[in-house]
Amino acid sequence: MPAIEILGLEKTYMVGFWRKRPKCALSPLHLTVEDGEIFGFLGPNGAGKTTTLKLLMGLVFPTSGTARILGHEWTDPSVKAQIGFLPEQPYFYDYLTAHELLEYYGQLSGVPAKQRKQRVEQVLQQVGLRDVKGVQLRKFSKGMLQRVGIGQAILHNPKLVFFDEPMSGLDPMGRREVRDLMEQLKHEGKTVFFSTHILSDAEALCDRVAIIHRGELRGVGAIEDLTSSVQGKVEVIWQGSQVPASIKALGAEIRVTPDRVRAIIDESQQDAVIDALRRERQRLVAITPVRTSLEAYFVEKLRHAETSVGSKA
Amino acid sequence: MNTRVAYIASNTFREAVRDRVLYNLIAFALLLSGAAILVGQISIEIEKLVVINLGLTAVSLFGVVIAIFIGIGLVSKEIEKRTLYTVLSRPVRRWEFIVGKFFGLAGTLVVNAFFMAIGVFAALFYVSHKFVRADALILVALYFIILEFVIICSLALLFSSFSSPLLSAVFAFSLFVIGSFAEDLRNFAGMAHGFTRWLATGAAYLVPNFSAFNVITSVAHEQPVAGQLILNNTLYAVFYAIMALSGAVLIFENRDLK
Amino acid sequence: MNQRQKSSTIAAACLVLSLAASSFVLHHVDQLRPQATLDEVLFLSSPKVIKRASLGYDGLMACIYWTRAVQYFGNRHHYYAASYNLLAPLLEITAHLDPHLVVAYEFGSSFLAPQPPFGAGQPKSAIDLMNYGIENNPDNWRLYYDLGFVYFTELKDYKNAAEAFARGSRVPNAHPFLKVLAAQMASHAGDYETARSLWMASYQNTQDKLIRQNAVDHLRALRVDEDVEHLQAAVTRFGERTGHLPASMEELATAERWARIPVDPDGHPYKLTPEGRIEIREPHDFQFATKGLPPGFKAWPTFDAPQP
Repeated sequence: MPAIEILGLEKTYMVGFWRKRPKCALSPLHLTVEDGEIFGFLGPNGAGKTTTLKLLMGLVFPTSGTARILGHEWTDPSVKAQIGFLPEQPYFYDYLTAHELLEYYGQLSGVPAKQRKQRVEQVLQQVGLRDVKGVQLRKFSKGMLQRVGIGQAILHNPKLVFFDEPMSGLDPMGRREVRDLMEQLKHEGKTVFFSTHILSDAEALCDRVAIIHRGELRGVGAIEDLTSSVQGKVEVIWQGSQVPASIKALGAEIRVTPDRVRAIIDESQQDAVIDALRRERQRLVAITPVRTSLEAYFVEKLRHAETSVGSKA
Repeated sequence: MNTRVAYIASNTFREAVRDRVLYNLIAFALLLSGAAILVGQISIEIEKLVVINLGLTAVSLFGVVIAIFIGIGLVSKEIEKRTLYTVLSRPVRRWEFIVGKFFGLAGTLVVNAFFMAIGVFAALFYVSHKFVRADALILVALYFIILEFVIICSLALLFSSFSSPLLSAVFAFSLFVIGSFAEDLRNFAGMAHGFTRWLATGAAYLVPNFSAFNVITSVAHEQPVAGQLILNNTLYAVFYAIMALSGAVLIFENRDLK
Repeated sequence: MNQRQKSSTIAAACLVLSLAASSFVLHHVDQLRPQATLDEVLFLSSPKVIKRASLGYDGLMACIYWTRAVQYFGNRHHYYAASYNLLAPLLEITAHLDPHLVVAYEFGSSFLAPQPPFGAGQPKSAIDLMNYGIENNPDNWRLYYDLGFVYFTELKDYKNAAEAFARGSRVPNAHPFLKVLAAQMASHAGDYETARSLWMASYQNTQDKLIRQNAVDHLRALRVDEDVEHLQAAVTRFGERTGHLPASMEELATAERWARIPVDPDGHPYKLTPEGRIEIREPHDFQFATKGLPPGFKAWPTFDAPQP
């Protein structure tokens, strides 16, 4: 059973002074997220990622369409007990301490009192906030707030968690920690659905991604599949800064740095290059197949959208 | 379901306390003790009158101001600061949120009034040196003031569910003032004709009728309050609060939280 | 969606039901407290205190107190109350809050002086109120008129009435009738014509419904008094001429050569009793009439009006 089935969810806002002008935030969306995977929801700012999440959370009501979460109607209250949500740039009651906040959220999620105490301690440990659990949230840094946010999302042991831009505003350490945490969640058998506009994070974490732009879905698939259009190219790296003449003659793309040379050559030329390097006694460092990066795929999809929009207009 | 409402209510109370709302009690205490001492020294035969009038009026006004200022932020602030998102993504119904907030705020005001009442009785003892039977009437006046709070809280919540903090404050305050003159409004309506009369009468019944709750002057003169009035006022406050809260729930259940 | 619809429907139902319930209870409360708004007046009838408590919004408060005064008087008047103790304080407060609210003085002049149940029976308060009004609005001729009115109608003090009218006539833009009235006071104070012109003036110079109605009632009563006086004189003449009383109104009419049977302002013919008295057919319709009333007639029923 898929964790999430989005069946044509659509949201159009009425804007303008008299609320007469329609503004489409999300075109009818059809998307499925499988159980136990980390799913990335990618798109530039304003693409409709947050709108989708808010629709799924029931914070905003769809103009049309439905969704199923964990097999139930998305508006079914029993669903809420099994999902966790971390909104973008979260803000919590700043007069509470981390401990109190988690306690409160535990109460609201219906975690029984006995379990609650234990669980709160556990989660505080897991997100690395045990030392500051008695400090009021108004004194927390952005990174700490993000961690509290993750904590409240997983507190009640949900089967499915939704993160909206979980890495935003974090330093490299923080991002690493969040990434590790998400991996851990997957390890525990949970499904993770997160939105981001940082492609490297998606590439590192996700099993599958979807790309959304201006409210429309542009592409869906597993990372390997999207980036596997192997162009039949190979990247060769060797030590030193010399480029053998025979290699230069191949017309390959060459980049020289103080102690390495990188050359991108055709797969068929691979053997010739290796021979050349051996002859010239160059130290081979690495040979790797070149794959399309997710970024390239992303940009291509967006550009395609622009032109198709342009042609419609 | 009921426990969630209770949790939200107690958290709202906790917020009010940590927001240092209860510090207003200090201002109140200063005001009242200052007046009591002053009046006690001059001894003008109406010390008791002054203390009761001033004390009860202060309880009423302070409470209304607090109710409005906290109440308006209850929902709109949460939406603005987005603290609401993580709450509503849990198995919390939207109506539970509103009702919980209401009880939290009302509870805060009752506790506030309780401490103030102690202050009033203390000041009274200071100027009169004894308590008489009729002083129990002060409790009736306080009860009515608390009923006023219940109505104001529900109104503040109603406005907070759909408009910005500033507008909510303006609306709530306006209704408080108009409500204090509700009986006059009904008189005016009675003297009008045709469509205006209809409109005015409708408005007069929609507006919270605070004039019937203000028995401060008569209590100060040791006039008894009819039992019928106590019963009717209680019923009115309950029905009115339900009305305003139903409106708040209706709006809140159906709005997009952008 | 289902949950939301359910909650919304329940909320809407609660809204409507509680609205109905609260309106019902409110109506009930109103019955319990007819004099509600007047509590403060009972205890705080010092206009100065109220003025201070108004925090500068005197004009608005004056309007509110004015409404309360009208409501108070109208309600009690409806059941022929025996006392109107709060009328004077209410009007005084109104005047203190807004000394230029002329209609308050007019109202006071019409209803403070007459005896209950037509007024508060406090002519001295009325005089004081008029003088306060004149002090604050020395160029408003109406107020001098109102003052003279009180002296004339209730106190029958024609000298002071004349003086008031005379002072008023000297105000720039004063209505010319003030001079006329002043002159009439001197010699024809007791005349029907004088009273009539006074009440006509009262009627024509106000917009207030109660005051106008009052003036109309007085004018009708004057007409009736005049008619009865003339008719009674005719009966006497008849008696002197024929030596016996006329057997009926028709006989009297024939003897006096009237075109038709005399009727009162409502069109009902006057009655001629066997004892030779002229009486009004429906005395209740002419509350201010002093002549033509059946013996032992009480102009108004006594009810128990709420205190005070």
